[in-house]
Amino acid sequence: MDFLTLLQVLDSTVRLATPLLLACLAGLFSERAGIFDIGLEGKMLASAFFAAATAALTGSVWLGLLAGIASSMVLSAIHGLASITFRGNQLISGVAINFLAAGMTVLIAQDWFAQGGRTPSLMSGGRFEDITLPLAGTLAPVPIIGPIYAELISGHSILVYVAFLCVPATWWVLFRTRFGLRLRAVGEAPEAVDTAGVSVIGLRFAAVGICGLLCGLAGAYLATGLQAGFVKDMTAGRGYIALAALIFAKWRPWYALWACLLFGLLQAVALRYQNIDLGGIVIPVQFMDALPYILTVVILAGFVGKAIPPRAGGEPYVKER
Amino acid sequence: MDRMPNWADAVLVPLISLLLAAILSAGVILAIGESPVDAFSLMVEGALMRSAGWGYTLYYATNFIFTGLAVSVAFHARLFNIGGEGQAMLGGLGVALVCLYIPWPHWSLAIVAGAVGAALFGALWALVPAYLQAKRGSHIVITTIMFNFIAAALLNYVLVNLLRPVGAMDPATARFPDAVHLPTFQDMFSTAATPLFRGAPANVSFFLALLACGLVWLLIWRTRLGYEIRAFGHSDSAARYAGISPVRITVVTMLISGGLAGMMAVNTTMGEAERLVMNATEGAGFIGIAVALMGRNHPIGVLLAAILFGFLYQGGAELALWTNIPRELIVVIQALVILFTGALDNMVRMPLERAFLAGRKRRA
Repeated sequence: MDFLTLLQVLDSTVRLATPLLLACLAGLFSERAGIFDIGLEGKMLASAFFAAATAALTGSVWLGLLAGIASSMVLSAIHGLASITFRGNQLISGVAINFLAAGMTVLIAQDWFAQGGRTPSLMSGGRFEDITLPLAGTLAPVPIIGPIYAELISGHSILVYVAFLCVPATWWVLFRTRFGLRLRAVGEAPEAVDTAGVSVIGLRFAAVGICGLLCGLAGAYLATGLQAGFVKDMTAGRGYIALAALIFAKWRPWYALWACLLFGLLQAVALRYQNIDLGGIVIPVQFMDALPYILTVVILAGFVGKAIPPRAGGEPYVKER
Repeated sequence: MDRMPNWADAVLVPLISLLLAAILSAGVILAIGESPVDAFSLMVEGALMRSAGWGYTLYYATNFIFTGLAVSVAFHARLFNIGGEGQAMLGGLGVALVCLYIPWPHWSLAIVAGAVGAALFGALWALVPAYLQAKRGSHIVITTIMFNFIAAALLNYVLVNLLRPVGAMDPATARFPDAVHLPTFQDMFSTAATPLFRGAPANVSFFLALLACGLVWLLIWRTRLGYEIRAFGHSDSAARYAGISPVRITVVTMLISGGLAGMMAVNTTMGEAERLVMNATEGAGFIGIAVALMGRNHPIGVLLAAILFGFLYQGGAELALWTNIPRELIVVIQALVILFTGALDNMVRMPLERAFLAGRKRRA
């Protein structure tokens, strides 16, 4: 493999890791506050559709982004209502949200566009354009560093940079602000937070809201950045891979970045090479597809260090009387 | 006594939830410019008014009975098995191997062997998540979701690279021999004078599903193991104190659950397609969640809920055929049922409980 191919694979790794990273950080906020969320997939899907549909109808990618975020936040609100207000089962609520998104997006797409559950392909203006960073052209001839800067770092859409900036931002919010401390506390010992006179319900709703916002970004990127338009079930399990990355990362923002880049790399390799020939042993493409999931099970099994979820995760908080 | 009567809990709460889901679905149909009344009558017409419609309804119901029972058995031990889809895929592989490589003289022997093969493969696919949950504490919901994806990739590999007949294009096994053809309802109930269930895929495995309902009822409420499963589900600390091994109960419950999910493949693979195809499960593993929630984890409830979903599935197909309403409407209804009967259960239950208590106070 020569340097240029490597660079191309890494470039597509960055693109494919972006939605994973946004969804993974979304799950991080939610689960750190004690709300399990297996509905990441559904929220991304809803956002992908409404972003693409709004962009197609108005011609403005920014309005699309807003619509995507709004739809994802609505699903988040349903999840919050079910799992915080009515103290229902968070896993079941997540499953319901995934199906709701899978069904509604196709239903509405068929009603609005009548193209078999997809939106029309987005023209320029309806998509996030790639941004060329300053000096990319000037630096390109410089050996090694030049191509890395021009090909790998420059030339992505704005949401890619937003996603990567979200990592330090998440770290800062969670570990350097009062809000973050309380949010983490509510996921470990909500009764302590309640005793201190801080609203458990308010904090959890805030966390679920942030989760909706980030899933909205992830979905919008899928439909208006990575691809040009919405197709049925276009998230293709990315929400679950993000969940896997979250466990892999042990619920920490910087680890989440590396986990998502790793899973992005796996996807990029599986996309570029069908069957990989390793001197006699052929690795089938199906194995590459399954690898993120296999890795997650191995991690979960605790063979590579133990992943301990937030202590109060998945349990509704009932105030003592 | 500060609880509402049992009948209200078992009947009223699911019915109200269903009603809420129905009202919202009607709203969705209205919003896309169709009439909910027309749509509903079309669904009834297509799914229940002709024997062929019933043949499809019961065919789908057979799948949902198996996956619904699978989810509900796991629920009794407070385990959430989302992996029914993957377990059913592997079950299909078990059925295919049994049917392709052993020459069966008669279908009656083949269905027993097929069911055993399906249950074995399904159970095996549930074993790893069960073991990891019991021994290592890895969350069974996440591992079973992961195993769904791994199952899809594995089946893809097996069908494309190993079991596909030479020269065939689509990823599927060869046709099963004629000897393992299961009698359909048409074969069983039609006479020359009165043709019934024409062309419908419902087959003898429906009775296998009914048998499974009975056996699950016996297991859960009439055996020592069932008692242990329920005790473990109510309180694992109390169960452990009573000498019930959590590892054993977790693993055994998941094996039974996986086996039941796998047996769905007898219906789809042996009964209908008569070869193993790529997407034989068609999401039935997930519908099992809705069926189990709606049926309140009781075999009779599961049976009724499965027939309801069978009706929705067949009716939905009719809608997609004759109107502009796509099949995905069923996915929406399924989501609403899961949402109301599962996650928003308290929203329905709390006001109802209050109403009952108020009524009782007035009488007292």
